[in-house]
Amino acid sequence: MATIEDIAEFLDKAPGGGILLTTVDAVMNWSRGKSLWTFPMGTACCAMEFIAASFSRFDFDRHGTIPRPDPRHCDVMVVAGTITHKMAPAVKRIYEQMPEPKWVVAMGNCAVSGGIFYYDTYSVVRGVDEFLPVDVYIAGCPPRPEALQDAILQLRKKIASESISPRRRRPVASELPQPSDPRKGDLEEQPLARSKATAGGPDV
Amino acid sequence: MRIEELRERVCAMYPDLCPLFSIEFGDGSIAVPLERVHSAAADLKDMGFDRLGMVTAVDRGDEFEIVYRLQSRDLRAAMFLKAAVPKNDPVVPSMCDLWPAAEWQEREVFDLFGIVFDGHPDLRRILLPEDWSGHPLRKDYADDRIVRRPDYI
Repeated sequence: MATIEDIAEFLDKAPGGGILLTTVDAVMNWSRGKSLWTFPMGTACCAMEFIAASFSRFDFDRHGTIPRPDPRHCDVMVVAGTITHKMAPAVKRIYEQMPEPKWVVAMGNCAVSGGIFYYDTYSVVRGVDEFLPVDVYIAGCPPRPEALQDAILQLRKKIASESISPRRRRPVASELPQPSDPRKGDLEEQPLARSKATAGGPDV
Repeated sequence: MRIEELRERVCAMYPDLCPLFSIEFGDGSIAVPLERVHSAAADLKDMGFDRLGMVTAVDRGDEFEIVYRLQSRDLRAAMFLKAAVPKNDPVVPSMCDLWPAAEWQEREVFDLFGIVFDGHPDLRRILLPEDWSGHPLRKDYADDRIVRRPDYI
């Protein structure tokens, strides 16, 4: 049975197939980027800002960004809050229950780096990217809902650069700096993690 | 009940411990020897302190200190009951027979300080994972994952 990768590879080589592939990519990325259902992995005070963003003042529905309590319905996991070493296996398990393609937003300083719990703490994971492939980082303690909206727009840009053909991916043009931490090593070596520059699709 | 009245009633009950009565945060506080902590708690419960608000412990460096906070609606008073616990043999009588609410609180103290409660019905970790080693609120706790805060921050 031909997988979507085989079809993409065939179209890539066939004359005129690239045009068709580009159109398919555009439609898929448009529809994926505009219905980003989020899993609210809220464990601390950042979840309050995330809840505020969902309601009418900031109104995430107009982005097509709807929080769903079921990981099997979701495209984006928003990790909003402190993740402890005891909580980390549960977060990873929920992430694994989400269907591909899926993305992760690390919301707030605790999810980015451990935040105020970085030093002298025995229980807090120093950044959710220790065990999840994070796509967008939002700094702040907690970040404003506007920052979360900006993260969704940045994530949409990242999605727009994806292709069903692995050869046709483009580097992301994002204003957000890509954090680099020498402690964490090469993300390619971890089975769960995807390359940050190319932000994987269903085949990675 | 005013604090002076509380002091008088405690001093009438324990004349030898009267110098150890002090006022902390506006409430009475009495430090007793460890072997008398359970009987003192029972006496204070009979006096009217029928609610155990909190159990916690402090690492004083050379010894632990176990702290009970007792509250009473009838007396309109609250007080601390403290006892020093030696570090080499940190065993404290459990208060579960007096206040059932002590069960989870004492499990937390056991989890984070490693103080053993004699007579506790189910003494095991409550907050940390079961395979955790060590008791992290002890001052001498060490862990490979802890990043020490540098001096310049």
